[in-house]
Amino acid sequence: MTVTDPNAFSQDDLAKQRFNPNLAGRYRLDNIFRIASWVATIAGLVVLAFLLIDVLVDGLPRLNWQFLTSFPSRSAERAGILAPLVGTVWLLFITALVAFPIGVGAGIFLEEFSTDNLFTRILEINIGNLAAVPSIIYGLLGLAVFVRVFVDITGGRTVFAAGLTLALLILPVIIVATREALRAVPDSLRLAGMALGATRWQTVREHVLPQAFPGILTGTILALSRAIGETAPLIVIGAQTFVPYIPSFREGGFSALPIQIFNWVGRPQAEFHTNAAAGIIVLMIVLLIMNATAIYLRNRFQAGKV
Amino acid sequence: MLFQLRSKRFAYLAASIALTFVVSSCAGGGTDTSTEAPEGETAEAPAEGGGDLSGTIAIDGSSTVFPISEAMAEEFMAANNGVQVTVGTSGTGGGFEKFCAGETQISNASRIIEADEIAACEAAGIEFIELPVAQDALTVVVNPENDWAECMTIEQLNTMWAPEAQGTVSNWNQVDPSFPDAPLALYGPGTDSGTFDYFTDVVNGEEGASRGDYTSSEDDNVIVQGVVGDPNALGYFGYAYYEENADSLKAVQVDGGEGCVAPSAETVLDGSYAPLSRPLFVYVSTAALEEPHIQEFVNFYVDEANASLVEEVGYVPLGDELTPLVQARLENGVTGSAFAEAAEGASLPEILAQ
Repeated sequence: MTVTDPNAFSQDDLAKQRFNPNLAGRYRLDNIFRIASWVATIAGLVVLAFLLIDVLVDGLPRLNWQFLTSFPSRSAERAGILAPLVGTVWLLFITALVAFPIGVGAGIFLEEFSTDNLFTRILEINIGNLAAVPSIIYGLLGLAVFVRVFVDITGGRTVFAAGLTLALLILPVIIVATREALRAVPDSLRLAGMALGATRWQTVREHVLPQAFPGILTGTILALSRAIGETAPLIVIGAQTFVPYIPSFREGGFSALPIQIFNWVGRPQAEFHTNAAAGIIVLMIVLLIMNATAIYLRNRFQAGKV
Repeated sequence: MLFQLRSKRFAYLAASIALTFVVSSCAGGGTDTSTEAPEGETAEAPAEGGGDLSGTIAIDGSSTVFPISEAMAEEFMAANNGVQVTVGTSGTGGGFEKFCAGETQISNASRIIEADEIAACEAAGIEFIELPVAQDALTVVVNPENDWAECMTIEQLNTMWAPEAQGTVSNWNQVDPSFPDAPLALYGPGTDSGTFDYFTDVVNGEEGASRGDYTSSEDDNVIVQGVVGDPNALGYFGYAYYEENADSLKAVQVDGGEGCVAPSAETVLDGSYAPLSRPLFVYVSTAALEEPHIQEFVNFYVDEANASLVEEVGYVPLGDELTPLVQARLENGVTGSAFAEAAEGASLPEILAQ
């Protein structure tokens, strides 16, 4: 008596009926999806190109040495962008200098040193939430803490207080980016380091961090790019619109590019709108220089890894 | 080799960080006094050129008044190299907040100071002088293709803009039976704007009372674009925005009870463009006025000789009648807000003569 599975035949039969390779259909779907993703990519590029061309056509003729080296003025022809430009560069320096070490440090601690306990879990949730808090809230926080409480250190409504506030604003983003970059480093590296007797810090310093550094830099640059476009927290901190001198670190008023651009856009005279377009170009150039620096640094680090 | 490379990299990083620190400490070095204090004299200010005045002046407030203060500051500093003036644009309310906290010495305002702001200043022991510095004509504009709305009464504007009009008045013929059957598209400033406050006060009888279903923007240029692009549109904003776009917009004459008057510098100056012409103010702290550089700056601000600066940035100067009254207020140190206490419907000279 042979033992036969009574279901074997019918299952096989069913499978034959059900399995329809439909290769043509699958390839069609494949193509449709490819075209859809291509359109999505191009749509972004077209919008960017449109914006760029629009701004360049309006602003490029206005962009000259006089524009870069003059202080604000009631006449659009004499007005320049020196004070806000210096203000923005100041802000970038202070923000990067404060946010980078603290953010990367916190990321390393959370990813490499801390154990999974209630405290770190609460910390993680809060950092995630902080990354989504509207920037004006950071402005109010900065006003209360850096402008009012620490007035002796920051000098009040100064570029220093504003830089600290922006640093706070991008700290969660840097922490999250650092953690993601560290997480992408294969665990085998850590295990190998420790197996050879290296301490945790030695492993992190010599092997994990260099691997993760390009990713950390990219995240930091994205965060800084967000910071230099911010207007709301700066207005709360007390950025001025008319600053006829080079702002200093922790003394006197300051201005920043987005504030000046916003003011020019709102003026009735068309010549000021041209100035705003030129200001936007300057802001973009600052951004591009920043990104280029980051890419250069990243490539250096990647090359050094070999 | 690996180690060498890496230490080089770290050295590079450390060096660049150290460099930034040095740069920043140099730039910020040797100063630990807050410049918010009005008596903060800047000793290192360059003393070349005219004027032996020195010091800082902090101005903040309305973005409508900003161009005037900017122009005044620019010219004043050209004549007095030792004085540094900064002007901010936190809005009239934000400006008063800083002013009454003693952070600024002069506050720009596109409306009269409010009772709670007066109270805040009093609580902080800050007395102020209220100085009208320019006038503006709130201009009602329509598309040039609009050939029916040549002149409108305040009542007609009220029919359009009253809170009750929301959802009900949506056609031009509802405003006046002689107007054609065309959809009504309204454009106006956002609720934060002093222009909005003044317009609603005059047209709807209560500050801030307006229908909400119109296209609003904080940027008056957006309102300009809206009216330019829609033959059935009507909008309102400051005169400067009309003046700049006069070839693509049509200003509506306004009948405030004494016939149709078109907005212009002349009709504002002679007082006939009523009631939609409004004064713009600066508020000056009396304590700050004791400092010579601030006293000089405020004198400069209200000097008739500098009225051309007001015109240059698109506003209407006070004119021969009002300027001496304003100067007298400053000279006599009349504190408090005459406008806040003034009777309803009083004219500018009447209020200032008090």
